[in-house]
Amino acid sequence: MSDATDHQLSSHPPVTDWTTDFDHAVDEYAARAPEIWDELRSACPVAHSERYGGVWLPTRHEDVAAIAYDTEHFTSRSVVVTEGRPIAPAPRGIAPPISSDPPFHQEARRMLLPAFSPKAVNELEPYTRAYCNELLDAVAGAETFDAAVDYAQHIPVRVIAKMLGFPPEDGDIFRRIVHNALEAVDLPQEQRMMNFLTLDEYLRTQVQDHLDNPRDDLTSFLLNAEMDGEPLAPEHVGGTIALLLIAGIDTTWSAIGASLWHLAANPDDLARLVAEPALMPTAIEEFLRYYAPVTMARLVAEPVEIGGCPMQPDEWVLLPFPAANRDPEFFDRADEVVLDREVNRHAAFGLGIHRCAGSNLARMELRVALETFLERFPSFTLADPDAVRWSRGQVRGPRTLPVRITS
Amino acid sequence: MRIHVDADKCQGHNRCYAIAPELFDVDDLGYATALNDGVVPAELEEKARLAVANCPEYAITIEEG
Ligand code: HEM
Ligand code: SF4
Repeated sequence: MSDATDHQLSSHPPVTDWTTDFDHAVDEYAARAPEIWDELRSACPVAHSERYGGVWLPTRHEDVAAIAYDTEHFTSRSVVVTEGRPIAPAPRGIAPPISSDPPFHQEARRMLLPAFSPKAVNELEPYTRAYCNELLDAVAGAETFDAAVDYAQHIPVRVIAKMLGFPPEDGDIFRRIVHNALEAVDLPQEQRMMNFLTLDEYLRTQVQDHLDNPRDDLTSFLLNAEMDGEPLAPEHVGGTIALLLIAGIDTTWSAIGASLWHLAANPDDLARLVAEPALMPTAIEEFLRYYAPVTMARLVAEPVEIGGCPMQPDEWVLLPFPAANRDPEFFDRADEVVLDREVNRHAAFGLGIHRCAGSNLARMELRVALETFLERFPSFTLADPDAVRWSRGQVRGPRTLPVRITS
Repeated sequence: MRIHVDADKCQGHNRCYAIAPELFDVDDLGYATALNDGVVPAELEEKARLAVANCPEYAITIEEG
């Protein structure tokens, strides 16, 4: 299970100076990333570190947006910062479309969009709600339980398994795979390769099963899809399926967990949201802004200057959308959660051509998960604030979240 | 008042449609279009402004009058 490995301490040495030596995989970053972004934004808005073979960390909205929109000087060939450099060839990259650059990117993305359109996603709502209720039935009567481990983490896993047509009971297998791909970034390169082989093997079995028994789901759709009149390369199909598993799970789990964490820790906001359910749409956008879980990354493709800093080819650039979302130059009261914030141009799902293809699905899951939880448990608190653990790496959310039910 | 969605800028964040389904539709890919040739009835002007102010890509513009 991924929750066991999440708590291993980072193998990277601690950071002494965040402006010159930052590292998003150390334990301090997990504990206080938002404060680190705020400190850097005023002291050194485009920070550099020699770790990972050279990596930049911009923290202003302006710089994050400029990089996200610039597909000429930056490549998406890899969006997860690791010790090595990606070996999968451009333009497809390892997991299209997230690892693809234009013009290849557009077609690889377009074919996915219908399955994730607002209307397609609405049809999954009853299934999602029934599953949330089932999870809460299992903890009903307990005075305390872990809202991350017993609830949030299961929801996106079950829904994407249904969309892909994978066995629903394989949830633990997916979660381990996702953890290894996203959070265990400080593992040695060989260990990471081994982990990817496990993923490859698992997907091969599922794909073979769909080749033998085609059905109406996303996996069969991809196996039949064409680009420029040719079937997709097997590596393309495998890479996209891996992406859908990886991109949707820790991310949405984190968003649900962080929102529940906020409500458990802020009884006034909890009471207000329970009393005024009409606030849910703005509250959800505000949770997404303030607790945006996903930091992306790019590799520099051509020499370029951002915020006065010269960036060289093959250096990494982290794209912390969460830091952009807390930039006081861009948002009023950036450091407060305002449940009825009406103007909220946040970038939790990215900006530009790689806008999260799953954003409609993620929003539906987040809304249904919160609605179901609040309906069942309108009053709850943190059972043990010191036991809450946030993840390291590029996806940020609570991985242990003990709550006490008080009504 | 009239609204216009710039198809080159729209990335399908779907914020406009969530805020004002009376004024916007989304196609099968999730990209937005303005309904009713973009004409905004007086009682929906406030909603139109909110949709503009929440579009992360600055894809929606308003023509007053
Ligand atoms: C709250 C939950 C989520 C957040 C915060 C999130 C965030 C993001 C972000 C920031 C990107 C931009 C990548 C970039 O600029 O390089 C992205 C891309 C993507 N996401 Fe999500 N995501 C979430 C949930 C999901 C879900 C549920 C799925 C689908 C199962 C998904 C599928 C994708 C895909 C396919 C892309 C690549 C799009 C492209 O490159 O054109 N995401 N996501
Ligand atoms: S909010 Fe903007 S980017 Fe999103 S669908 Fe509407 S116009 Fe397009």
